[in-house]
Amino acid sequence: MENVVLKSPKELVAKETGWNDGFHDHHHGDKYQSGFISTYIFSTDHKMISKQFLVTGIIWAVIGSAMSVIFRMQLGFPEASMTWIKPLLGKWIVVNAESGVGKLDPEFYYALVTMHGTIMVFFVLTAGLSGTFSNLLIPLQVGARDMASGFMNMLSYWFFFFSSILMFYSLFLSTGPFAGGWTAYPPLSALPQASEGSGAGMTLWISSLVMFVVSILLGGINYITTVLNLRTKGMTMWRMPLTIWAFFVTAILGLLSFPVLASAFFLLTFDRSLGTSFFLSDIFIGGKALDHVGGSPILYQHLFWFLGHPEVYIVILPAMGIVSEVLSVHSRKPVFGYRAMVYSILAIGFLSFIVWAHHMFQSGVNPFISNFFVVFTLIIAVPSAVKVFNWIATIYGGNFRFTSASLFSLGFVSMFISGGLTGIFLGNSAIDIPNHDTYFVVAHFHIVMGVAAFFGMFAGIYNWYPKMYGRFMNESLGKLHFWGTIIGAYAIFWPMHYLGLAGVPRRYYSFDSFQAFRQFSATNEFITVATIIVFSLQILFVVNFFWSIWKGKKVEDLNPWQSNTLEWTTETIVPGHGNWEKNLPIVHRWSYDYGKDGVEYQMQTEPAREGEVMEH
Amino acid sequence: MTAFFVVACIILFLIVAVQVGKITEVYARIRGEQVAQTSSNNFNAIFGLLFLVGFLVLSIGSALYYKNYMLGYGPLHHASKHGKSIQTLFNTTLFFTGIVFVLTQIALFWYAYKYRDTNSKRKVLYIPHDNRLEVIWTVIPSIVMCGLVVGGLWVWNDVMTDTKEGEDYLEIEATGYQFAWAIRYPGADNAIGTKYFKNIVPGVNDLGVDFNDPKSQDDILMLAGEELVLPKGKKVRVRITSRDVIHNFYLPHFSVKMDAIPGLPTFFVFTPTMTTEEYRQELRKYPEYNVPEDPTDPNSPKKWEAFNYELACSKLCGVGHFSMRRQIRVVEQDEYNKWAAGLKPFFTENIKGKVEPGKYSWYKGEVAAAPKEFNSQALESAKEGDVLELNHINFATGSANLTPESVTELSLIVDALNKYPTLNVEVSGHTDNVGEAAKNKSLSEARAKAVEDYVEKKGIDTKRISSVGFGDSKPIADNGSDVGRQLNRRTEFKILSK
Repeated sequence: MENVVLKSPKELVAKETGWNDGFHDHHHGDKYQSGFISTYIFSTDHKMISKQFLVTGIIWAVIGSAMSVIFRMQLGFPEASMTWIKPLLGKWIVVNAESGVGKLDPEFYYALVTMHGTIMVFFVLTAGLSGTFSNLLIPLQVGARDMASGFMNMLSYWFFFFSSILMFYSLFLSTGPFAGGWTAYPPLSALPQASEGSGAGMTLWISSLVMFVVSILLGGINYITTVLNLRTKGMTMWRMPLTIWAFFVTAILGLLSFPVLASAFFLLTFDRSLGTSFFLSDIFIGGKALDHVGGSPILYQHLFWFLGHPEVYIVILPAMGIVSEVLSVHSRKPVFGYRAMVYSILAIGFLSFIVWAHHMFQSGVNPFISNFFVVFTLIIAVPSAVKVFNWIATIYGGNFRFTSASLFSLGFVSMFISGGLTGIFLGNSAIDIPNHDTYFVVAHFHIVMGVAAFFGMFAGIYNWYPKMYGRFMNESLGKLHFWGTIIGAYAIFWPMHYLGLAGVPRRYYSFDSFQAFRQFSATNEFITVATIIVFSLQILFVVNFFWSIWKGKKVEDLNPWQSNTLEWTTETIVPGHGNWEKNLPIVHRWSYDYGKDGVEYQMQTEPAREGEVMEH
Repeated sequence: MTAFFVVACIILFLIVAVQVGKITEVYARIRGEQVAQTSSNNFNAIFGLLFLVGFLVLSIGSALYYKNYMLGYGPLHHASKHGKSIQTLFNTTLFFTGIVFVLTQIALFWYAYKYRDTNSKRKVLYIPHDNRLEVIWTVIPSIVMCGLVVGGLWVWNDVMTDTKEGEDYLEIEATGYQFAWAIRYPGADNAIGTKYFKNIVPGVNDLGVDFNDPKSQDDILMLAGEELVLPKGKKVRVRITSRDVIHNFYLPHFSVKMDAIPGLPTFFVFTPTMTTEEYRQELRKYPEYNVPEDPTDPNSPKKWEAFNYELACSKLCGVGHFSMRRQIRVVEQDEYNKWAAGLKPFFTENIKGKVEPGKYSWYKGEVAAAPKEFNSQALESAKEGDVLELNHINFATGSANLTPESVTELSLIVDALNKYPTLNVEVSGHTDNVGEAAKNKSLSEARAKAVEDYVEKKGIDTKRISSVGFGDSKPIADNGSDVGRQLNRRTEFKILSK
């Protein structure tokens, strides 16, 4: 760099403050993102793509949670008339001609449950969470101009969009969307005779998710390449913030597990349309014996959960990364045990591939095989526990600043503890016998990977909103949103543990015919009321989100949270093309020098002071 | 109306909340951001503590409130042997996780409160890591997990063990279909006959049972509706199968749960330990179960009186998934024996004399009269004059050339003749009535002779085996149907002396 011939005073400044990566050697600025379409629609800019993922995710979250409100109405108030929602749901509300009482059609109840699961797991907590923050933060925090391939990154979003369109379209089919549970076990999902939704609804569901897999792969390969190859000068792996570690491992998990899901879907499609028998055998349905013999429905379950289990870590790891970062920044203290945090992310990532059959203890696999899966499953509790202790130790002795982001991070840890501990019960195959497929499981996974992952996502949104839009979200509404949601979410899911321990199975349209299950109508009413309240609070969040884009308080400080990471070193609060107008920042230290030697914070670009002992 | 009211409330709430949000933002600006942040820190930290206290009190309080409704804590005992060991494991896990839960939640909100930013410019503790602490909180969870794994696998492998040969147990079969359970009891021989899905004829043979199997003939079939009865204290092995999609055989009170899979039979072994009556008496002691089962009905029995064990489906199987209920009654062994004695086999009630013999392959006719299939077991018990059927010897159409796959059974015949040196047999060929009678007779003779020749070539004395052809003169089924004709085309193995 010493030999660079200086052309203008601007570059003189750049040379002094950063690493010239040759970004200004070519001419750009007039054609790039000059029109509406290339700026807002077919954008290749990671920041815009991240916003696209986020807004699409929010729309899906509203749809998905509204579905849960409708089926909770059925469970909490089975006697109440639902005629009022007929304008929206049409024929799925069956109105009794005499009494005028409208009932939710059971077929559609199951469609709602199925769609709720699919939408939340894939579209919201995978695309909406990892898609948003991997895109926003990876280039900004490793000091890259953009993703390794901006074009593939754009394709990644548009495949997700196409996938969304297919799924959305399936909601309007006359036979209804797919209704066989988000896991889509054959034979139920393979045979239209078995369930109305397994016809056209399933065809669209499966097509949509294959598109989704394509989107994940295009995104994932980009995230991995960017992290490995586009880190700026001085940004060693051990200096990366935990967010980047989390997104990096998440992308690897996705890359290794989603193709297996795709293969399961292809085989299922062959069974559905080409008469093969991968998953089907010995079936008599619709008045006749089918020709399929020799297949095994359990094979599908193995393939599905080979994705399905890493998937829950694909959902939770980004949230963990965000929370680690946010807790550290707002405690004004380094994250405790950085290396242990990285190793536990890696350990969780590795173990997530060898625990899948713990979803199948009661599904007829050889009980001997379950022994191994119990061992690996319970081992996962160790790195998870280490993470929890480290988060608490991060808060210890800090100067904790209560913002919406840090509150949601606290909430994440609380939820992760509560939901993680019940996993120790379910991971033990013997305890799983009575509790499998009961509300205990519903409570467990909603708390640990539903609510917790949402909390991580909210923490991320509140924390990086200034970077995305140059404004703050309203903090008072944010805190109201947090307290209402954590109290409400516990009110919804905590009592479900008791229902589960009483043996109440999940995925029941009505409990009336069972003495053992029908005695909890008051509990179910309570849960439903809490659901409606929590849903309203999320609407409040959405209002706050969109209102703040245009009307929120403006950010006046380039580094509003006094954070160390590189995204706050850009020359403008909302960075433009290439992120840094001048040279790329050069990294001299890890990202967690908060309160070191009495200095409140030292950004990663600050060189070592004289005599300073460097952590990384 | 209620819906409208609720929606209106929500909208009103949103409007108010947004206004409050705007005002606080302006107010913060007037007071100064730093002051506002500090007071917000104080407020939220204290609210966090209140939340913590409320959360812990309510979580423990609610557990106590639900105690008598959860299995294993109040009167709702686990009514099976293994259920109790699972409960012990559950409680052990609850003990350890309970401690972790309370301590970590307290630490989380307490530290957030204690170390809140009070704008005092306090120096934070710069501790990036502490190896000693990290080793401690890696090792301790590892040890606890090891304990739980060992305990868990101990119970698991005990629960999932199949019955051993010679053990005294009752085997029943549960078949899930959309949307009910069909149950088969074994009858007097304590064995359940075979079935095959292609045999199913709705309304006649709903499970596709093979009634040619002698084990099927005393089996009892209970389609939807009827109450099931099980004996207390006896091992029950449930053979779990499905006719269409995946179901799950779920008995909440007995901690029994296993998927029913088409094409892949599964099982679950358990021992009921409380009769229905004992369970009711246990419930009777608790006020929760001394309320009417149906509060709207003045004559309704009390909850404890109405109690019954239930069978449910716990794997989503379609639109009627929630309705697959069966009632189960557990009684003392004597009472069970009395009940079982009154059961009528499905075969004698619905098949024998009601279904035309030979119409379906799963019921060839008067089974006692029809020849038994040739195998080593049948041969062992066969007496002089008995006829066994050679089902796996086939010929090319219209000829007496043995097909290659016939070798298997032919070798068995050679083996049998070597094993029993005094055994003398006659092989006879039979055809259906299609074609000329004379041709049929000569073909059947040629075919029987082919079998004889094969056996003799393998070194068996020619005196010990003879062959004869009967053509279509000795039908065992109606030649008017395909199935009947198929049955009539056969090769028999008659024992002349043994």
